[in-house]
Amino acid sequence: MAMLYSEKVMDHFANPRNVGELENADAVGEVGNAVCGDIMKIYLKIDDDIITDVKFKTFGCGAAIATSSMATELIRGKSVKDALTLTNKAVIEALDGLPPAKIHCSVLAEEAVKKAIADYYTKTGREIDFDLGCDGHCDSCGTKHA
Amino acid sequence: MEEKKFIYADNAATTRVIPEVLEVMLPYLSENYGNPSSLYSIARKSAKAVEEARAKIAELLGAKPNEIYFTASGSEADNWAIKGAAHAGMTKGRHIVTSKIEHHAVLHTMKSLEKEGFEVTYLGVNGDGLVDPDEFRASLRSDTILATVMLANNEIGVIEPVKELAAIAHERKIPFFTDAVQAVGHIPVNVAELGVDMLALSGHKINAPKGIGALYIKNGTRVTNLVDGGGQERSKRGGTENVAYIVGLAKALELAIARIPELERVRTLRNRLVEGILKAVPYSRLNGALEPRLPSNANFAFEFIEGEGLVLLLDMAGIAASTGSACSSASLEPSHVLLAIGLPAEKAHGSLRLSLSHETTDADVDYILEKVPPIIARLREMSPLYEEFTRGEVTFKIK
Repeated sequence: MAMLYSEKVMDHFANPRNVGELENADAVGEVGNAVCGDIMKIYLKIDDDIITDVKFKTFGCGAAIATSSMATELIRGKSVKDALTLTNKAVIEALDGLPPAKIHCSVLAEEAVKKAIADYYTKTGREIDFDLGCDGHCDSCGTKHA
Repeated sequence: MEEKKFIYADNAATTRVIPEVLEVMLPYLSENYGNPSSLYSIARKSAKAVEEARAKIAELLGAKPNEIYFTASGSEADNWAIKGAAHAGMTKGRHIVTSKIEHHAVLHTMKSLEKEGFEVTYLGVNGDGLVDPDEFRASLRSDTILATVMLANNEIGVIEPVKELAAIAHERKIPFFTDAVQAVGHIPVNVAELGVDMLALSGHKINAPKGIGALYIKNGTRVTNLVDGGGQERSKRGGTENVAYIVGLAKALELAIARIPELERVRTLRNRLVEGILKAVPYSRLNGALEPRLPSNANFAFEFIEGEGLVLLLDMAGIAASTGSACSSASLEPSHVLLAIGLPAEKAHGSLRLSLSHETTDADVDYILEKVPPIIARLREMSPLYEEFTRGEVTFKIK
């Protein structure tokens, strides 16, 4: 069956916010792999633990692009601590829902943010005290995300 | 305001019912509503219409009228041919030979038979998408009870050497079925010439409605009944005949076959499309051999991008097309056909099928050639894979 996307998903897919790279990014997080068909890469500019700029690049379907776009919107201007509380459910809700087969795209978006913040923690000599989730490989964790 | 552009380039998925077909169908939905099994005059009109349609289809395919059975779809015909022959032949053996690039209606039927204890050999194809007749010959065993390879592939449009394969199967007295859903009405198809024992076709690929198909079963071929009922379809498939759709199928097939010479124009358009895309888009390739191939089919792989986004952006530009990407399906697997021709999964995700028709114009191809390259460039700008590639961090290429 054709994927029935909400208007918000279509808007964020057709007009994605924050696409691109950040030169001199303070942190970068990449999840997913080309074989599964989804890769998300998030670049963060962080001043005093506040995300002052964020960009992304995504290889993936319409939902992967839309969830990346929405996730970057949701963490822009937030503290890294607040950004760590971003869940895939919040991304789904902000997009007015996702088809069941596309839930994993929201999981990838959440995990791309966490991976980028983990990179920031590593670079600033902090201990990574949060769960990175699965590595984004479609078959490796075996969990069903909801 | 300019009228919104709409170019339908997904004719391998389905086609519209054309007015000539609709016109012959309508009386059988209204005034001629009789049940063909009844005795009075309006029922006789229905019975006559069904039998005339059957005779017409038989004639067009080189079959006898009593060898044509109507079904509700191409998938039903595929299921019936395979399960019917398997169940009829299971006392002789339980081995079936097919290919890895069959339609899911065939592959999932095989999976179902495997659960019943049948053993299935799935033949690979070469990089062009073609089954090797020698490999086919070598796969046949003393307990092989059915062999089946499709006539034309639904994704990449390549035409399999069915005549040769059927002859090889017959050397071993093994019945041969072909799924000709994509081929019938697009290339000349004659069951006697092909030498097949069974052949499946579908109406909605040739401007008849969705919900009607047919199975050719050569007289003498052993196939179990599909539906037990009131004796319709020579007691093999019960259920009151879908009279209007049967009439529509016969008309559509007649028109499609008459149009085949016109498809040379479509082949020229398709070739221009292929040349134009490959020239304008770097890191792209045509999937499957250019020949032998259905004149209407083009299927591309574009590196560094994913097909669903491509199809959605093409839709916004007014072009309807398909992809073999995993994200276009509920499963996470990319197209089994593209994997079978040797495309790595990461490249199979970035595929695009454009299937033209007799209604496609030069201007349509110009428009597609204008829209596709910038959309791919836009998606590549968003792609981390392309970024890594342009930085020289990855070097893979599909050519």
